[in-house]
Order: sequence, then C-alpha cells, then structure tokens
Amino acid sequence: MHYFLTEEQQMIVDICRQIVNERIIPARAENDEKGIFPADIIKEIGQSDLFRLFIPEKYGGMGTGIFEVCLATEELSRGDLSVATTYAASGLGFIPILVMGSEEQKQKYLPALASGEKLAAFGLTESEAGSDASSIRTRAVKDGDSYILNGTKQWITNGGEAEIYTIFASTNPSRGARGISAFIVEKGTPGFEFGKKENKLGIRASATRELIFIDCRIPSENMLSSEGMGFITAMRTFDQSRPAVGAQAVGVAQAALEEAVNYSKIRHQFGQPISSFQAIQHMLADMATQIEAARALVYHAAKVTDSGEKNISKLSAMSKLFASDTAMKVTIDAIQILGGYGYMKEYPVEKMMRDAKITQIYEGTNQIQKNIIALELIKRGAL
Amino acid sequence: MIKIKIIVCIKQVPGTTEIKINPETNTLIREGIETVINAFDTYAIEEGVRLKERLLSNPETKEEVEVIAITMGPHQSESILREAISLGVDRAVLLSDRAFAGADTWATALTLQNAIKKFDDWRLVILGKQTLDGDTGQVGPELAQMFNIPFVGYASNILEINRTRMIVKRLMDDRYETFEIKLPAAISVGKEINIPRVPSLRGKLKAKNEQIPVWNKGELGLEDEKIGLSGSYTQVVKIFIPKTIHEVKMITGGPDEQAEELYGKLKELSIL
Ligand SMILES: Cc1cc2nc3c(=O)[nH]c(=O)nc-3n(C[C@H](O)[C@H](O)[C@H](O)COP(=O)(O)OP(=O)(O)OC[C@H]3O[C@@H](n4cnc5c(N)ncnc54)[C@H](O)[C@@H]3O)c2cc1C
Ligand SMILES: Cc1cc2nc3c(=O)[nH]c(=O)nc-3n(C[C@H](O)[C@H](O)[C@H](O)COP(=O)(O)OP(=O)(O)OC[C@H]3O[C@@H](n4cnc5c(N)ncnc54)[C@H](O)[C@@H]3O)c2cc1C
Repeated sequence: MHYFLTEEQQMIVDICRQIVNERIIPARAENDEKGIFPADIIKEIGQSDLFRLFIPEKYGGMGTGIFEVCLATEELSRGDLSVATTYAASGLGFIPILVMGSEEQKQKYLPALASGEKLAAFGLTESEAGSDASSIRTRAVKDGDSYILNGTKQWITNGGEAEIYTIFASTNPSRGARGISAFIVEKGTPGFEFGKKENKLGIRASATRELIFIDCRIPSENMLSSEGMGFITAMRTFDQSRPAVGAQAVGVAQAALEEAVNYSKIRHQFGQPISSFQAIQHMLADMATQIEAARALVYHAAKVTDSGEKNISKLSAMSKLFASDTAMKVTIDAIQILGGYGYMKEYPVEKMMRDAKITQIYEGTNQIQKNIIALELIKRGAL
Repeated sequence: MIKIKIIVCIKQVPGTTEIKINPETNTLIREGIETVINAFDTYAIEEGVRLKERLLSNPETKEEVEVIAITMGPHQSESILREAISLGVDRAVLLSDRAFAGADTWATALTLQNAIKKFDDWRLVILGKQTLDGDTGQVGPELAQMFNIPFVGYASNILEINRTRMIVKRLMDDRYETFEIKLPAAISVGKEINIPRVPSLRGKLKAKNEQIPVWNKGELGLEDEKIGLSGSYTQVVKIFIPKTIHEVKMITGGPDEQAEELYGKLKELSIL
C-alpha cells in the first residue's frame, strides 16, 4: 500500500521496523509475561531520534509534525503496544511543556526529553477522578515562591521510569476545572514518592504506577502557564495526542491481521487451507478494510492537526474512537481465525487482544470521545 | 580541533551465506548479489561510535573525537559508507581505483595504511576480526605491522581508553586476556564486543546528503606495483573443500595379540 510518504517519513518507518524486528518482537512475549519494563528498547528508540520528532529543532528536536509521530507509533505498536505506550506517554508528558511552557521551561526540560535520555509522564487521573478529570483532589497550596503538593495520582504510565512529570493539581478547589494548575515535577523531589505498580490485563511491559505527593515543595517557576490553566493544558494536550492513540490502535490491528493472514494459509482443515473458506476470507476482508479506514482517519486527523487548524477536538476524538474500536474488533477476529491456537500464549494474537483494549480506555474512554464529538456537533454544527 | 580520530575499516561483502566462486578464475562471483557491510565490521562501527560517546562524556577528551569509516572497493561500496554514517560515524572516505582490483590482504593493508596516514591525530584503527568472503583475518595484523603499532585481535571489551592508552580484554579459546596498550593501536572485533544500534533518523538524513570523497592511487601516493594484483604476494590458485579420509581397521584376538598388533601399527604410522 502506498501512503505517499516523503523520504524522511519512510526513513522513520524503516527505523521503527528494524527496531520492531530486531529488538521488540524477540523480547515481547517474555516482557509481557513477566511485566518487564523494556528499558533497552526505549534507549534504542531514543538513540534513533524518535523522541526528537515532534520537538522543535531549537530544543534538540527535529520539528516534525504529529503525523510523523503517528507513523512511528503505528510501527512500534505493530511490534508491542507496551513499547508504543511508553513512547507515547513520554510525548503526553512533554506536550504540555511544548504547548504551555515558558521559554526557560522549554530550554531546561525539552533537550533531555528529545534525546530520550529522560522520559516524561502525564499525571492527571486519581482514584476518584477518571473521566471526570476536573474533580481531582490533589492540592497545590502557594507558600512563598513555591507550591506545596499533596495528593495521589493513579495509573500513571511511565510512573517510576520517567524523570519529568507533568502533574495536575487544584490551586483553587472552589473553581472546579478552572482551579486546576499544571506543574513540572522532577523525580527525586523530596515528598514525591512512587506507590504500587499495577498488574494489568495488557500492555504489561509498560509501567503503570501511583504517584504520591506528601508536602512536596515545587518552585513556582515550575508551574506551566498560570494558575487555573491546568485543565485547558490537559485538553489541548489530548487534542494533539489522540491521533497517536489512534495510531497505536492501527498498529496493533495491523499486526493481528498479518498474523491471521499468514496463519490462514498454513493451517489445513478438511484437506485444505482455512484461507479457502469464504467465512475466513470475509473476516480477513473486513479486518483489512476496517484497518485501512481507521488508518486513513488517523492520518487525516494528524495532518489536520499539523496544518495549524485550531478546532481539532472532534476529528482527533474521532480518530481515537474509530481506530481503537477497530483494533478491538480486529484482534478478537484474529483470535477467531487462529482458533484454539489463537487462545494460547504460543501465538501473539491473544496478547494483541489484551493490549488493544487499553486504546478504548486511556486518554479518555470512547464514551468520552463520543461526548466530545457530540458536543462539537451541537456547538458548531455538523459541517 | 579534533584530537582523537578513530578509523573504522569496513568491507562490502555479498549479502548471502552462499558464496559462489568462479572455478576458472578462482574469484568470488559478485554479479547480481546484494552486498552488505561485512557482519564483523558492523561491530567495529558500533565500537567506534561507542568509544566516541564515551570519550565525549569524559571532560578531558570532550569535543575532540571523530569516527571515520574507510573502505577499499569498487564505487558501489559507497553505500556501506553511507550506512556507516547513518549508524553514527562522522564521515567516510572511499578508496577506489581500477588499479586496486585483485588486491590480496597485503596490498589491501598497504592501501588502507596509506589512506590512514593522510589523517592527522588518528589514535585507533578498528577492524572486523575477519570477512565473510575473504575470511583471512590478516588485514588487521598486517596493517598494524606496517605501522609498527600494537594490535589486539578479537577484542571483546575495552575497559579503559584515553588519549594515550587503552586497556583491552579479549576472548581466546580457553581464556580471557587483558592488555594495556599504547595508542595509536589497532584492534579487531567480533560479536562479543557489543550489540550494534539501529540507525538514527538524523544519521540517515546526514548519510543521504553527505559528499563522500573518493581517494585513488594518486591521492594515496601509491605506485602501481604496490597495489592491486601487481602488489599482491599471494594469489589464489585453487579453492576446494578439504577431504578427510577415515579408515577403520578392527583388531581382533586376545588382549596380548591386540596390544601387540596395535603397537606395531602405531609404530608403522610413526605415531609412537
Ligand atoms: C493502563 C492505563 C494507563 C493509564 N495511563 C494514564 C496516564 O499516564 N496518565 C493519566 O493521567 N491517566 C492514565 N490512565 C487513566 C485513564 O486515562 C482513565 O482510566 C480513563 O480516563 C478513565 O477513567 P476511569 O478509569 O476512572 O473510568 P470512569 O471515569 O470511572 O469510567 C467508568 C465507565 O463510565 C463511563 N463514563 C464515565 N463518565 C461518563 C460520561 N460522562 N458519559 C458516558 N460514560 C461515562 C466510562 O466511559 C467508562 O465506561 C491510565 C489508565 C490505564 C488503565
Ligand atoms: C578466495 C578469494 C577470492 C577473492 N576474490 C576477490 C575478488 O574477486 N574481488 C575482490 O575485490 N576481492 C577478492 N578477494 C578479496 C581480497 O583478496 C581480500 O578480501 C582482501 O584483501 C581482504 O582480505 P580479507 O577479506 O580476508 O579480510 P580480513 O583480513 O578477513 O578482514 C579483516 C578486516 O579488515 C578490514 N578490511 C578487509 N578488507 C578491507 C577493505 N577492502 N577495505 C577496508 N577494510 C577492509 C575489515 O575491517 C575486515 O573485517 C578474494 C579473496 C579470497 C580469499
């Protein structure tokens, strides 16, 4: 299939494929089974300049668009969604600095994130604040030229592995969403501890952890933008990052399709390859068609985002919604095509199904994506 | 000013394990075969780049390290130099001239030596331990001999390095050996030493745009009789797979008779 990639975009794809084939695939089953964080692979991804993509050249990046990030994410997800999640979560952690950070903050934090020397993380969710992110209870209280943070974040990807955290806390609970502020918090700051590591259904090699703040003193200069701008920061970040969640979904779906096609040609029943049964052929045809449609929507959302268009929430939500639902369907069908073998850990499709599920949940559940799309339709009309 | 130059010697080889030899000329059949960097030379590239990174992280040697890849070969071998750049090598030079053709290991080493001489401040030459096609493993030792510098073959770990010396560990069949050597020096490496990285995007972009200079015999100041076929002391006359012949003879009779016969036989074969 031809996607009209430039030479540089094709290089990104080629580099990711090499990492997938040489590093990710040989390690993924064991990393999944044992929940091993793939530190070496992440280092390799950093060395290959993939964290540099979306960061401007001025800060050690390569100044590409979200589209290039999506290409890299899709390819890495073909190998292992745990790795792609780790990669994408660092982006989620540094996009707030890119969109809201001051010049000094960018100079200070972005170069080490661009090189992959450091990872970032994004800390919004709490035990009582998931979809309703505005109800977070973590508090930041001003004290001289610092803020004192108290509270616990839950299910934070790259928790413990990242050096740089974008943390959302309320500076003014009476103002609800408008009282939320965002802070850059460095690992090792006194009062910042890590809690329990989660044991998950899928993306088991990615780190998902609690962040605990007890009287954690953060200098005021680490606040992103100004007080009360946290919620907007989070929403703008999601607008930029959601096409990449779509790309994760496309990648894992593509991998499952490849497994299903290959298997259908070698598995014989009733004296013929199962690919000769129309029931199997039609499943494969549907899977491939849905993936292609999802990919087109993700690429389109990414390119519109890169065009500088401001109202991207709807399209960005659509790409995440459609691609993640596709990934779930396709990975389940891939197991069906592999039959009992598909249910076994000897084949990678059961892992792909477990992994795919997360794309319907994180960075806003698919129900929340529909809320966003509907709200935009009602606010701005159907065009 | 770049004070430490690391030279990595790489060779283009057929990208297949099935090497075919023309039985009439006894040369490798290279037509229509995809070529790649000799596998061991990819470890040489990686080690060069790692040493650079290591030296750069040391305040004493910061900003003064450059890794240069060279190959002697036909014009098509430029592609392996570009690949080396995508893997982190700073620049590359192609040594190419019709007169270089047919070089044996000696003529190859001499050509490489004359190229390396043209760089100031080179401190280390890294080679693969052998090639997939020629397979002699002689170029490294010969090159070191020509320069009269230390050579450590089969290096498996560089424990320490600075501007003037290095400590190298190597794996032998039955033991490890550790040497402290003065620089400049040459080492050869195999797969024990590292895991080569995947190319970087900036490396690939640089590789695409890089101008790769070509040095011919004139630039290397080499006369015709020193290079290529005429500069070669050896010539491959015939290539064959050695035949091993086994012959089994069963000795029968009582223990004394058997011992007697065995003793006689061994004596006859001048083994005893
Ligand atoms: C593996 C993993 C990694 C994660 N990584 C991060 C991270 O790095 N940073 C971070 O901040 N968070 C992270 N999260 C949290 C994630 O973003 C939340 O789980 C997600 O936003 C949903 O919140 P919740 O789980 O509390 O579900 P809830 O909000 O409790 O939702 C439960 C159900 O109710 C539905 N629902 C809720 N509200 C509505 C509504 N208004 N309309 C219709 N349906 C509704 C939901 O769609 C869902 O089906 C991660 C989660 C997981 C599982
Ligand atoms: C049977 C046979 C047939 C051959 N046929 C041909 C032929 O048809 N055409 C032809 O061109 N050559 C041919 N050669 C190759 C040539 O003689 C040798 O390959 C060359 O001299 C290097 O020797 P080697 O490959 O054994 O290298 P080795 O000594 O095994 O190589 C050790 C290391 O030296 C370095 N090195 C070796 N060669 C080069 C180079 N050219 N440039 C840079 N670094 C290098 C690399 O780091 C390599 O890993 C043939 C060799 C043999 C044995």
